[in-house]
Amino acid sequence: MGQKKALTEVPHKILEEAYKGGIDPNEETRSGTLLHVDQATIYSKVNAFFEGKIEIMDTKDALQRYSWLNEYRWRLIKKDKDEFTKKVAKDFSGGYFIRILPGAEVIFPLQSCLMITRENLEQRVHNIIIAEEGSKAHIISSCVQHSKVKSASHLGISEFYVKKNAMLNFTMIHNWSEETLVRPRSAALINDGGEFVSNYICLNPVKDVQMYPVAYCNGEDSKVNFNSILYGHKNASLDIGSKAVLNGKKSKAEMVTRAIARKGAKIIARGLIEGNNSESKGHLECRGLIIDDESFIQSIPELIARRKGVEITHEAAVGKISETEILYLMTRRLTQEQAISTIIRGFMDVDIMGLPNSLSKEVNQIVDLVAQSN
Amino acid sequence: MDILTIRDLRVKVGNKVILDRINLNLKAGESYIMFGPNGSGKSTLINSIIGNPLYEVDSGKILFMGKNITNWSVDERSKLGISIGFQHPPEIMGIKLSDLLKLCLEKTSRDEFTEKEKKLIEAFKLTEFLDREVNVGFSGGERKRAEILQMLFLRPKLLLLDEPDSGVDVESLKLIASKLQQYIEETGSSALIVTHKGDILEYVKSKYACVLLEGKTHCFVDPKRVYETIKKSGYEKCVACEVRVTEGW
Repeated sequence: MGQKKALTEVPHKILEEAYKGGIDPNEETRSGTLLHVDQATIYSKVNAFFEGKIEIMDTKDALQRYSWLNEYRWRLIKKDKDEFTKKVAKDFSGGYFIRILPGAEVIFPLQSCLMITRENLEQRVHNIIIAEEGSKAHIISSCVQHSKVKSASHLGISEFYVKKNAMLNFTMIHNWSEETLVRPRSAALINDGGEFVSNYICLNPVKDVQMYPVAYCNGEDSKVNFNSILYGHKNASLDIGSKAVLNGKKSKAEMVTRAIARKGAKIIARGLIEGNNSESKGHLECRGLIIDDESFIQSIPELIARRKGVEITHEAAVGKISETEILYLMTRRLTQEQAISTIIRGFMDVDIMGLPNSLSKEVNQIVDLVAQSN
Repeated sequence: MDILTIRDLRVKVGNKVILDRINLNLKAGESYIMFGPNGSGKSTLINSIIGNPLYEVDSGKILFMGKNITNWSVDERSKLGISIGFQHPPEIMGIKLSDLLKLCLEKTSRDEFTEKEKKLIEAFKLTEFLDREVNVGFSGGERKRAEILQMLFLRPKLLLLDEPDSGVDVESLKLIASKLQQYIEETGSSALIVTHKGDILEYVKSKYACVLLEGKTHCFVDPKRVYETIKKSGYEKCVACEVRVTEGW
């Protein structure tokens, strides 16, 4: 599939799949769009209104255009970290490079989609996202597998740079299939006064996802939030963690996870907050719902303090759906099944993600679709 | 016509018999007050009527508008027109009060409230709570107001109220009781109100009351008379009383 000048040139079936992952095909409410299908970026465009405020292009193109970008590539993640990073270091098909220019406040979200349409493909991408000083932006990124494809693997490297007083809210939606192996490797560096919100939503069955993104809050008053909504079903294996290293003075981390396991799903929710500066603070929260006896949820919180003034807390609760809540909704005319799905839907609370209203509505619609189809 | 008939009802929780030989007839368009101290079985009775599976009907029958509903599920009874206002409604995280109210109105979450519905929400002082999660961080009065509002939106034929006057400020009680009374008068539905305090009598018109003691019903007389006696002599005297009228209404 060659380069496209407009999203309308992209085959309808591909757009339809991208739409399920939060990609708005009419682009009007997006500041920029990038679509990477299989081994190539087929479309990238900045909405005219945001020219000069953002850049969005394939990582390979960006590396050709900006020699300085090599200083950002493989800076936060080591090439030889594991077999997957080694593979991407050896050969990759591109990925997205997104840069929000200094002081730019981007009202509409940027969108990117990494899609697999070929059977047994191993997609290898390297994404670099730079929020320059004082910039503000939201990104919605979806990783999607075409519904006709049964088996594939996705190896994705993502490096985020949130500079002084910048705010970056990044929402990743995974939409894989039951035979897919997924290995994202992500890291973020946050400077003075910078704020990084990393949201992760995994709703559809997937064979195996393992990820453990790390954020280095090196700047004074830097802040990171990791929020995850994990819906594991049909024997999915989700090992999802996040790590915050609080090196900066008064740096902060918050992690919130909502995990639902049903029909033989196995979910491990990890979280590590490491306080290396005396005024750093962190809080970790994990709530899990286990729906049947075939499923499994494990919550592994780790709190590390290396200075006496560090304050890190955690709370975790894993259990079944409350019978009292089911009964309550049944007295409001819902059947038992409807009551259970209403509670599950409520549990997948998109409000934890700090999204602007319009984007929050869209993400809620995606969650609704999944909740209804299950 | 009788809206609810209970015949020789015996209810167990686990192996323990909580209610025994309960017989009640509730007529359409009337409110009934059931007094009883804590632990007398009032909540058990209400839970048996709604079909809570934790309460096992060991023998006897529950008829609603002539239909034997003893083995019906909670939602089936609810669809038939039985509605409950819980004493301690649960907190439901992730579900907004507005969405729950819309469920009661058989709307989807995308539908809007009508002007009339908005006015009622405003009258219940719950407009600011619409975007809040159901009962999370609500005070006693706020919970009770939310319960009664849901009941009114469900438009039931029988309202079961489990201690609507406990943990409620006077202003909220006045509001919810007057709205209940108005609904009952307008629709000709019935209410069974269980209470151990009787504060609600000031606002709800009722000709019928009884006392539930140790799992059995007694003293089917005028509500104010029952309430005055309980206030004067307490439930202990009630227990000691030898005149136990066990049938009535």
